[in-house]
Amino acid sequence: MNPLGLYEPGTGPLHRLPAGPKLAGVMVVVTLAVVTGEPVALAGLLAAVALGYAVARVPGRRVWRLLRTALPLVALVFAVQALLLGLPAAATAALRLAVAIGVATLFTLTTRVDAVVGAVERGLGPLRRFGVRPDRVGLLVGLTVAAVGTLAGIAAEVRAAAKARGAERSVVAFAAPFLVRTLRHADRLGEALTARGWGDEPDRPGPSS
Amino acid sequence: MIEFEGVGHRYGDREVLADVTLALPEKRVAFVGANGSGKSTLARTVNGLVLPTSGRVLVDGLDTARRGAEVRRRVGFVFTDPDSQIVMPTAGEDVAFSLRRAGLGRAERARRAAEVLAEHGLAGYADHPAHQLSGGQKQLLALCGMLALDPDVLVCDEPTTLLDLRNKRRFVDLLSGLRQQVVLVTHDLDLLDGFERVVVVDGGRVVADDEPAPALRHYRALAG
Ligand SMILES: Nc1ncnc2c1ncn2[C@@H]1O[C@H](COP(=O)(O)OP(=O)(O)OP(=O)(O)O)[C@@H](O)[C@H]1O
Ligand SMILES: [Mg+2]
Repeated sequence: MNPLGLYEPGTGPLHRLPAGPKLAGVMVVVTLAVVTGEPVALAGLLAAVALGYAVARVPGRRVWRLLRTALPLVALVFAVQALLLGLPAAATAALRLAVAIGVATLFTLTTRVDAVVGAVERGLGPLRRFGVRPDRVGLLVGLTVAAVGTLAGIAAEVRAAAKARGAERSVVAFAAPFLVRTLRHADRLGEALTARGWGDEPDRPGPSS
Repeated sequence: MIEFEGVGHRYGDREVLADVTLALPEKRVAFVGANGSGKSTLARTVNGLVLPTSGRVLVDGLDTARRGAEVRRRVGFVFTDPDSQIVMPTAGEDVAFSLRRAGLGRAERARRAAEVLAEHGLAGYADHPAHQLSGGQKQLLALCGMLALDPDVLVCDEPTTLLDLRNKRRFVDLLSGLRQQVVLVTHDLDLLDGFERVVVVDGGRVVADDEPAPALRHYRALAG
């Protein structure tokens, strides 16, 4: 299972906030994290994000799953940077990463993909006259989010199959079936989308939401 | 009404369909035949996923090669593997995804999606992660994704192959209650009781076309 994706149903204020402003909020937080190099300010930002989790009443198991995936990554970045650039720079880099992962995950936990797609479509609406197809971009965003989960699932199954054959260290035993299955999935997904009318011109000038 | 007029298809220089001429006005039609006989290829010509290299396919008089978009609006398609048909993370969103093209607002889409799910045995699953549903439920979800578009024809290519006996039965019972014309490709011959017409395909040709009992007798004789 993919720890970063997937909506967690809920009724808190963050769930009710429309996707557009929420997405803008995520961008503001990430921008702040990038422009401030100050570890203390970054720690404050991280605390604010953590508060967001409490406000959204994200269940403990989801928080735990997130920590289990993100902490080793953050720790690794911290260790590498500490060796190369010293402690203050390492603290800045690790905190920045933690803020970015934290806020992005909070967004996906509290926002349906459908709403994200709708927000992207609305946001890109003005670009339609330049030939941008907002509905296509929205679909792409939605499928990308969904693909994270699908690929993680395929990888897990392929790894299990390799293990069953005692080939867990073989690169080929992983890469070959992983590629074949990924490509076949893409092929079938394309057909399924066509069957649902997505390759065809829309019946109306613009998408709604 | 689905019409095949002298339909042939080649992949490279391998001929996989030859000279198929059929008119299918019946509400319940099945395609059966050996592996590789061309059933899926034939079924895919009905919504223009495959365009025949000779002859033509008409749905309500519309040529799939020229009026593909209109044909696909009339013809829904359910594939074997539900995992590649489900594109959104939750069941409700996946059904709502189909409705996006219909120009409905978001709240309306969510409401219609929940309705369609409830009508087909998935009440209360709108917020459920789609990929954590059971195999049978996933295939029901794939069916709901199509029925939400309210097509007139539903083509199903081995929709029950990955399901256990009970879910096979349930799926087919559900199909039999639909208002849509159903074209079912299957190897599960005992699911064809309620069907009006069974087309047996062999080596890319129609070798029998009859009511289930005589057609299946022919098919069994063919298998030896
Ligand atoms: N994309 C493709 N490219 C080349 N050949 C193909 C392609 N798809 C199918 N074929 C070939 O066309 C023939 C008919 O395939 P088809 O999938 O229609 O058979 P089928 O009756 O559905 O078989 P099954 O019962 O195994 O699903 C087979 O010989 C197959 O190898
Ligand atoms: Mg087939």
